[in-house]
Amino acid sequence: MKRALAFLPLLIALIVGGFFLWGLNPDRDPNAIPSVLIAKPVPEFELEPIGGLDTPGLSRENLSGNSAPVIVNVFASWCVPCRAEHVVLSRLVEKEGLTLFGINYKDKPEDAVRWLTELGNPYDRIGSDLSGRAGIEWGLSGVPETFIVGPEGMVLFRYVGPIIGDEAVGNFRDALIASGALQGKQG
Amino acid sequence: MTPEVGHFALALALAMALVQSVLPILGATRGNVLWMQSARWSALGQVGFVGIAFAALMQAFVTSDFTVTNVFENSHSLKPMLFKIAGTWGSHEGSLLLWVFILTVFGAAVSVFGSNIPDALKARTLSVQAWISVGFLTFMLFTSNPFDRLYPPPPNGQDLNPLLQDVGLAMHPPLLYFGYVGFSIVFSFAVAALLEGRVDAAWARWVRPWTLAAWMSLTAGIALGSWWAYYELGWGGWWFWDPVENVSFMPWLMGTALLHSAIVTEKRGAFKSWTILLAILTFSLSLLGTFIVRSGLLTSVHAFAVDPERGLYILGLLALSIGGSLALFSWRAPMMEPGGLFKPVSREAGLLVNNLILATATGVVLFGTLYPLFYEAITGGEKLSVGPPFFNAAFIPMMLPLVFVMGLGPYLSWKRADLAGVLQRLRFVAVLSVLATLAVWYLTQGGPVLGYLAIMIAVWLLLATVREWMMRVRLFEVSFAESTRRVKSLPRAAHGMSLAHAGLAVAMLGFTGSSVWKSEEIVFVTPGEAVTIAGFNVTFEGADRVRGANYFADRANLTVRRDGEILTQLYPERRTYPVAGSNTTESAIRSTLAGDLYASIAEPASKEVGASGAWTLRILYEPLVNFIWIGSAMLVLGGGLSLSDRRLRVGVPRRRIALSLSKVPAE
Repeated sequence: MKRALAFLPLLIALIVGGFFLWGLNPDRDPNAIPSVLIAKPVPEFELEPIGGLDTPGLSRENLSGNSAPVIVNVFASWCVPCRAEHVVLSRLVEKEGLTLFGINYKDKPEDAVRWLTELGNPYDRIGSDLSGRAGIEWGLSGVPETFIVGPEGMVLFRYVGPIIGDEAVGNFRDALIASGALQGKQG
Repeated sequence: MTPEVGHFALALALAMALVQSVLPILGATRGNVLWMQSARWSALGQVGFVGIAFAALMQAFVTSDFTVTNVFENSHSLKPMLFKIAGTWGSHEGSLLLWVFILTVFGAAVSVFGSNIPDALKARTLSVQAWISVGFLTFMLFTSNPFDRLYPPPPNGQDLNPLLQDVGLAMHPPLLYFGYVGFSIVFSFAVAALLEGRVDAAWARWVRPWTLAAWMSLTAGIALGSWWAYYELGWGGWWFWDPVENVSFMPWLMGTALLHSAIVTEKRGAFKSWTILLAILTFSLSLLGTFIVRSGLLTSVHAFAVDPERGLYILGLLALSIGGSLALFSWRAPMMEPGGLFKPVSREAGLLVNNLILATATGVVLFGTLYPLFYEAITGGEKLSVGPPFFNAAFIPMMLPLVFVMGLGPYLSWKRADLAGVLQRLRFVAVLSVLATLAVWYLTQGGPVLGYLAIMIAVWLLLATVREWMMRVRLFEVSFAESTRRVKSLPRAAHGMSLAHAGLAVAMLGFTGSSVWKSEEIVFVTPGEAVTIAGFNVTFEGADRVRGANYFADRANLTVRRDGEILTQLYPERRTYPVAGSNTTESAIRSTLAGDLYASIAEPASKEVGASGAWTLRILYEPLVNFIWIGSAMLVLGGGLSLSDRRLRVGVPRRRIALSLSKVPAE
């Protein structure tokens, strides 16, 4: 028994070492976050509009049959980077004529209304995800997060974090061009 | 030419290490004293040559010699001198060189100061130490040469990450490495003892000062790193359970267990194979840390550049050293005769509980840290991350009973203790802890039960420790002069234990206060707007642009008021380093013993908004947070006091104590 016990540390070390060996595979990138949704249809969800706002709600049906790819942006009034991102998205809508849908994530309706009144409302539709249920369906890792959804209702691109700063905006523009929502020259 | 000298010195050090890895151990087997004593000179030779290499690299950094790739990639001629020097260990190659340098320093220290260690044990220990040297020197020479040249030489360097341009962080790696690598000598002692097949009280006594010295440095290194994260990263936290933090914390937990189990082996001859195993595991976890930081195995905010070839090489080293030593352990440990017997209530039992909990806690941290990797391997590529919720839920409840037993431990006598008598003596302490907790409850008016429990147990440990110390010197029982005499005659190890235990209690108050009763506000402000937090009123007066040595900064001007009275001005900055093209946050802190008011400024939400003068401010109030640093300092000083004890000094003369802790007053 004692002898067997003395082998235990070695055994554990060998097992852990085996995992390490696997982990060193050069093709493996530990920093990549795969999106489960890419090239898949958008998940089933149906969200009411924000109470006290004229903008209609958002559900899965609104994301298919559009003439061009649309942007779905998850935001909240309590999310500080969202404010910064709001300027970028508003400009995209204003200058490029893109369609922007919003999911208002775990936000009090009155806060969201105040936020949108103060900063302006570039969204064609906003679903109020008070419970965070739709957030789970979309596989949200945080707020803000932005998706590009193709005309057939396929998720084409996912951006985690705020689209602010030249690099992020550049990447997002490239994704818009690749999805056909934007013409290359305009960017 | 200096870089070539440095490179050549490394090769010579490798040659020395090769000789030392064979000759002394053969001498020990054959009884050849001359061969055994050769270790002294080869150990000194190693430290000399690695020291030359280290000095050569530092010279290249100081003179900004951009013909050396490493200097080009990690320095810049405009950088302040202190950070040029610190750049020496800022990169993968340079830090590895520092690693090996400390390894050889410990080897040389044992050969010079370990005059009372038997020749055979010393020779074997130094040979084992040389095996580690060989492993890391070849690793450096074959895969990570810090002296690689660059042609044509570029006009200027690529800067060091400006986040790392900070005095606290410049000192953080050397201290951390001194701790990490210091455990190497304990590991070598353990392997040597296994080879000899003998572990006794004397062995434990020789090992303890080295463990203590390494543990102190590691404690200081971790505390410094945590302090740096607190005031530099601008998030207001001091511990994030990031993989890189965890890999420095695991050797600390194991090392703490080792410190305590070595006492039992020394005093009672028990826990022999356990102490050996802990010695092996502590250093194995240090190696694991070195590996994880450099292999790109896990996602972390502060890992070095990824290179699978290097990772594979270190994994090989790990397999040899950890696998080899554990195989040796599994073969030899069952042969060790068990030591002294003890009752379920005794100091041995108390220390056993300490060891079991610390080992389990280490296991939990290890599992949590590696789980993403396990999960990905088993599911074939699915990812997840393990964050603070897991660690807090799994780790903290384990620590509370540990700290409770810590309060009792010093009262228990060896072999068999009288629990009823001990509890009798501690009843006032228990009552006071409950009263203190009630007071905290009254002041805070709400919070999780676990928070109050943690406060109660921390107060319990603090008071029990103070009471135990008072009993020893019979304060207020005998005349003051008599007590003073007793303070002087009490072994320093006892003072050290009390100070370190009290330090943990103080730090724990800090951990609890600053995480449970923290308040935080993130606001978007224009000049003149104010925020109220924890009774403070913070007004944003405006932001302006200032210039520094190699950066420019946006600096916010905040006025802090309480009850309408101006307390102070705070100037948090957001710095931009044009050469490195990156930003750092310089938080501004109003620090008091009761808590820190912590302000940081984030980038203006956008250029348009910035022009109108609106900024994102983050204001935090962290109660008792400074207790963490005070407690950590007490832990380190307690270790130092203990190290300076005459009993331990047998193996370690005063010179080494001065080296590892200059704050200990000379006798």
